[in-house]
Amino acid sequence: MAEFRMPSLGADMEAGTLIEWKVKPGDRITRGDIIAEVETDKGIIEVEVFEDGIVDQILVQPDAKVPVGTVLATIRSVGAAPMPTADRAVAERMPVGAEPPVQPSLEAGGPRIPAPTMVPPASTTERRLRVSPLARKLADELGIDVSTVQGTGPDGAIERADVERAAAAKKAEERPPAPTPTPSPTTPEVAPTPEVPPRAAKAAVPEFQVRMRRAIAAAMARSNREIPHYYLETRIDMSRALRWLETENQKRTIKDRLLPAVLLVKAVAKALGDVPELNGYWIDDRLQPQEAIHIGFAISLRQGGLVIPAIHHVDLKSLDELMEVLHDLIPRVRAGRLRSSELTDATITVTNLGDLGVEVVYGVIYPPQVALVGFGKIVEQPWAEHGMLGIRPILTATLAADHRATDGHRGGQFLDSLNRYLQEPAKL
Amino acid sequence: MTEAQIKEVILKVLGRIAPEADLDTLDPDANVREALDIDSFDHLNLLIGLNEELRVDIPEADYGQLTTLAAILSYLSARVR
Repeated sequence: MAEFRMPSLGADMEAGTLIEWKVKPGDRITRGDIIAEVETDKGIIEVEVFEDGIVDQILVQPDAKVPVGTVLATIRSVGAAPMPTADRAVAERMPVGAEPPVQPSLEAGGPRIPAPTMVPPASTTERRLRVSPLARKLADELGIDVSTVQGTGPDGAIERADVERAAAAKKAEERPPAPTPTPSPTTPEVAPTPEVPPRAAKAAVPEFQVRMRRAIAAAMARSNREIPHYYLETRIDMSRALRWLETENQKRTIKDRLLPAVLLVKAVAKALGDVPELNGYWIDDRLQPQEAIHIGFAISLRQGGLVIPAIHHVDLKSLDELMEVLHDLIPRVRAGRLRSSELTDATITVTNLGDLGVEVVYGVIYPPQVALVGFGKIVEQPWAEHGMLGIRPILTATLAADHRATDGHRGGQFLDSLNRYLQEPAKL
Repeated sequence: MTEAQIKEVILKVLGRIAPEADLDTLDPDANVREALDIDSFDHLNLLIGLNEELRVDIPEADYGQLTTLAAILSYLSARVR
């Protein structure tokens, strides 16, 4: 029996209000299904389940506000009632992110950190194929068939790294042909029409803004209190990138055109591959680098406030796929309809204020992350190269990083890498 | 299509992108992106919306001409059949 708990949807969330159940006892659910809606300071969040099974009992009713970690419902696996001991042994040996299957007591005051706490107990549905829940979730998201993945865990269990390798291999194979459509993480049940649903309209009232402001205040005050920031900035010549983008966009219809922002996000992901220490969390007095690169992309709300949803696995997505993600994500952010994984998974933040006149961004890191990359407006500036002075479109990129986790030298290498990738846009 | 009809389409698409904006008071000569606080993503969606509604192809090179409501209207009026 698994427990579905009130998730922690951000560093400073302590409690959430259950708004609605999308399922009832006896319903069959699949990993990735949105089964409940929870209201937090960030809006109404659609909460996904990371497990196949059948809803057993609903323990918390709508409108109840409960602390993070409270068991909201129990889920039993399909067919069987309790988890057989043999499978439990397997589950316990699943190393990647799998928690011990049974945790009856509520860990009050447990770590209020994102991703890891979101991972539910290992499921028992798959007997022959041993796949960690995280690996399965990832595979679903990336459109990878787990039966084709070579597992390297205990007893050949498939772990997250295996799925990532498979996805990278698949990507490499697919490079020449046209970009594949984005593997949609969940069913597109959120209509992309910007018709504001009634609840979102309610969410936009000042009270909501007051609470969002308070949430931002708490996170940013904590950041400033705890994180010894250091800042680096570099000027990047964007003429190659913009020229490439222009040629590329000429071939495309309006719908498929790329924005410079996707080049930047992708280049950040690639540079993080070179300097992985900037991609992760500072938890328990040590740096915990994350393998997956989930970039929190800051999106401001016109009514005031800021939401930073995660774009998952940026390193494994093509520019077209990233564009599609933005087309899906931004309207949902504006309407206040995000999914739990999008609020919890970011491993680094990118903030792009280039739409305004801002040239340089000195960011405040979102804890427990250890870095934030800021981009300003691309402006024409005098640029000297090979003893010649010319006018070039220049982008100022900044890195705000946690000095506990990294030093300026590594930060400098990251910015150098970023620059290098932006000089070869066709390879992004 | 008359100019009034085209204007109506533009306002409809803008209304979808910035539902909180009061479009009745939008100055036709104001920079739309600044006046409505529209970012580059919204701006692209505006053009996609106009393209879908009016079947006018807008090359990227022309984006710079489409800054104000009046400019968008005249650009489209010249091209809509």
